[in-house]
Amino acid sequence: MEKYISAPLTEECAKTLRAGDMVYISGVVYSARDAAHERMSKALDEGKPLPFDISGSIIYYLGPSPARPGRVIGSAGPTTASRMDKYTPRLIDMGLIGMIGKGKRTKEVKDAIKRRGAVYFAAIGGAGALLSKCITAAETIAYEDLGTEAIRKLTVKDLPVIVLIDSDGTDLYETEPPKYAKKP
Amino acid sequence: MREIPVSAISDALCEMCVSINHRLSPDMEKLIYSAREAEESPIGRMVLGKLCENLETAREETIPICQDTGMAVVFLDVGQDVHFTGGSIEDAVNEGVRRGYRDGYLRKSVVGDPLERKNTGDNTPAVIHYQIVKGDKVRITLAPKGFGSENMSKVFMLKPAQGIDGVKDAVISAIRDAGPNACPPMYVGVGIGGDFEKCALMAKRALTRSSDSLPANEKTAELEKELLGEANALGIGPAGLGGRVTVLKINIETYPTHIAGLPVAVNICCHVNRHIGREI
Repeated sequence: MEKYISAPLTEECAKTLRAGDMVYISGVVYSARDAAHERMSKALDEGKPLPFDISGSIIYYLGPSPARPGRVIGSAGPTTASRMDKYTPRLIDMGLIGMIGKGKRTKEVKDAIKRRGAVYFAAIGGAGALLSKCITAAETIAYEDLGTEAIRKLTVKDLPVIVLIDSDGTDLYETEPPKYAKKP
Repeated sequence: MREIPVSAISDALCEMCVSINHRLSPDMEKLIYSAREAEESPIGRMVLGKLCENLETAREETIPICQDTGMAVVFLDVGQDVHFTGGSIEDAVNEGVRRGYRDGYLRKSVVGDPLERKNTGDNTPAVIHYQIVKGDKVRITLAPKGFGSENMSKVFMLKPAQGIDGVKDAVISAIRDAGPNACPPMYVGVGIGGDFEKCALMAKRALTRSSDSLPANEKTAELEKELLGEANALGIGPAGLGGRVTVLKINIETYPTHIAGLPVAVNICCHVNRHIGREI
């Protein structure tokens, strides 16, 4: 099904999304990848607050290429989510409700998704030029010294994603490829 | 002896970095466009359609095809009658990469110390492979490599008794394990033989061979074709969402090896398999 949703995301809305749905996101999402996750984790260990309100938020696993003059952002496709798995269950338990990335997740992340009614979306890997057109504003809000890995507040308009793991734990990577696998 | 100023290498690389990150080589474009026609799964066709659209947007609006504009892998095939002048060739390569990534608004994805992990800020150093060849020319091949797929690459030190079946299992298992993480449809470089590092280097170099060219011999060509068929029976499909097109092409290079060994390297690349060459 095609669905249009807004971010931040409510629990009620997240629960209506099913694996395989084509979803268009509008609103505010935050970009963060490896180094930013490590710093957020360290901040939490030290009892410090996160750089943005995690409750109901969507994190886009993204390190964009630099914006050319007069543009909002450079190429902006997803990075592999599994590298963030180590940090993710804790963030989900704190209210993170959506993640945009690509690739498989660990059982711990899937369990957290089910437990808290979160959702994991895929953006098309390697379509960064096209995806960048859906980003209408970008502002670095933390860890500027990390360059591309800094946390950015992104305003998006109809960002196209597919639900990979829904709040029931159904995983599109498990259900779809077997339909096309040929037995030797 | 022919003199070549190292600045010529910098200038060429600067231009190549920018060019290849915005437009793939014709063989790669052709492969992706034909994959869209071949795919049976509706979601796979949608993904491939978006990838074609992405290539057009990148080219027309000067936005990198992928935000991971890669670590710059540079092959320098240097004619033995060439004399470089005006400085260090290694510095010249890095200067070209530095300028290309800065002026082309490409992503700086390199950290200095692999454990301290501080970004070098200019995407250097490049990974440089030198080879001395006949003649008085320099052949530069640039292959900026994204790491979503690089991380899924593998080296297998097989036993000779495992033979051709062992090689096939190794390649297919690497592709299966890469799955959706490597941004399928993938492009796969395979090195068979040599030793530990030689097979890995051959696998990397295989990625830069044009997909419409043939390997060294007929037997290797058959193996490429057979493995492609097996890989595309896995069902992983575009973006890992199910389909027939999991791998666009498998390129294999081989080299003599030791009586005790059968090394196999599988270098996985995504559909953004960037390679560009220049001769000076």
